[in-house]
Amino acid sequence: MMRIAYYPGCSLETSAKEYGDSTRWVARMLGVELQEIPDWSCCGATSAHSSDHLLSLALPSRNLALAEKEGLDVLTPCAACYNRFRAAEYQVRRDQTLRQEIREILGIDYQAGNHTISVLELLVDRVGLESIAARVTRPLAGMKVACYYGCFLVRPVSITGFDDPENPMSMDRLMKTLGADPVAWYLKAECCGAGLTTTRPEVGLRMAGEILKNALESGADCIVTACPLCHMNLDMRQGQVQRRLPMERSLPVYYITELVAAALGAEPEEVGVQRHFVEAVRYLKELPGEADAAETDRGGSGQA
Amino acid sequence: METVLKTPGRSTRELILRLEQESGTRISLCYQCGKCTAGCPAALDMDYGPRQVIRLLQLGLAEEALRAGSIWICATCNTCSSRCPRGVDIAALMDALRRQALARGIVTDRQVATFNQVFLNQVRRFGRLFDAGLLMEYNLRTGQLLKDVEMGLPMLKRGKVRLLPDRIKDRKQLEEIFAQVRNRRGEP
Repeated sequence: MMRIAYYPGCSLETSAKEYGDSTRWVARMLGVELQEIPDWSCCGATSAHSSDHLLSLALPSRNLALAEKEGLDVLTPCAACYNRFRAAEYQVRRDQTLRQEIREILGIDYQAGNHTISVLELLVDRVGLESIAARVTRPLAGMKVACYYGCFLVRPVSITGFDDPENPMSMDRLMKTLGADPVAWYLKAECCGAGLTTTRPEVGLRMAGEILKNALESGADCIVTACPLCHMNLDMRQGQVQRRLPMERSLPVYYITELVAAALGAEPEEVGVQRHFVEAVRYLKELPGEADAAETDRGGSGQA
Repeated sequence: METVLKTPGRSTRELILRLEQESGTRISLCYQCGKCTAGCPAALDMDYGPRQVIRLLQLGLAEEALRAGSIWICATCNTCSSRCPRGVDIAALMDALRRQALARGIVTDRQVATFNQVFLNQVRRFGRLFDAGLLMEYNLRTGQLLKDVEMGLPMLKRGKVRLLPDRIKDRKQLEEIFAQVRNRRGEP
């Protein structure tokens, strides 16, 4: 049994509840014990690093230090939290003066000895695609999916570094393992508009629209993401985007763990897929199947 | 009018040095190829593109850079930094510019700065983010009372929003972290 500290972050208990539920479901099925960090606090997200450098390092460090006491690495499913945790541990680890300062601010003897991983790293690197493949009971046959990495999982390379920042492929390989058919598209690591959809809707919704448009043009029937912020912009705000940029059809947007759970036998409702804004249960229950998948295979994911 | 080339004054040089230190990057490395602006997903809506912001700093026009609306549109996606052939960390520089603009009280985009302030106040008070409270306070303070209200009920129906904040136990420690950071601010 693999044990890891679990940091749900603020979204996985509210706006991204289905991401939290499906992460726990998948971890249980794959024999990964998630130990929630006791009394965890917010990572500060973009607001902290835009306002105060030290604060942006101290907030994630508090949680990293709590997990370090237990001798555990940390799983942060939210890509935004993941990015802030990695930035903090990276800077604190390599700068002794800063490390001392953070220790004083926290009042904890934090060494920056433990590491943060994303769900993608947990699944691809730690659990491994072979062992996931062995547990697939309901392959996602015929699912034309656009694997959307966004920014936080792949950039800056110095702090993330587990996949290519221009053409990441780890999620594509995972989706193939689940039996799905990832499409080739070029905005897979482009920004979704992040908080701009709230503060500057005309800018943010244009950016989210670009992502949806490119996925649709590339023949995808759905998008898969590992980030609550991307999900919010592409799923919850898809209606707002469509008012500016009419789309031929809506695109369901899944969390990576919802699709792993579905392929491992979960009913979509069991992991919260019915909570989405764009209807997503039906497509998952009525996948085209093997025949159609084989037929469209010539297009395939030519990037691999 | 005649153009006269001059060396930037002392306060400008100090500001630029500070920006370079905070972002761990060198402004002089940039040779103005424009790859950052070409790949920036938000450049279309910026007054000065990322390349131009760097150029302003190279020319010693730091005040102008602090007033650029683009520093508040930058979403820190890091595409510019990861593509720069000269290794300039443009995203980190944008971050440092935002913090300096905030510290000097020259904020040209109240929306983003207010959002950040309300967000961090919640973290300080509760230890965790309270979405509903964040949006309500943000709307109140920016005078857009009805912004995103159409999302409220659907979010509630989907069990995606709390009506009361979720407070951590050790809120004292959070207060202490914020106080410590405040005390150290401004120190080199």
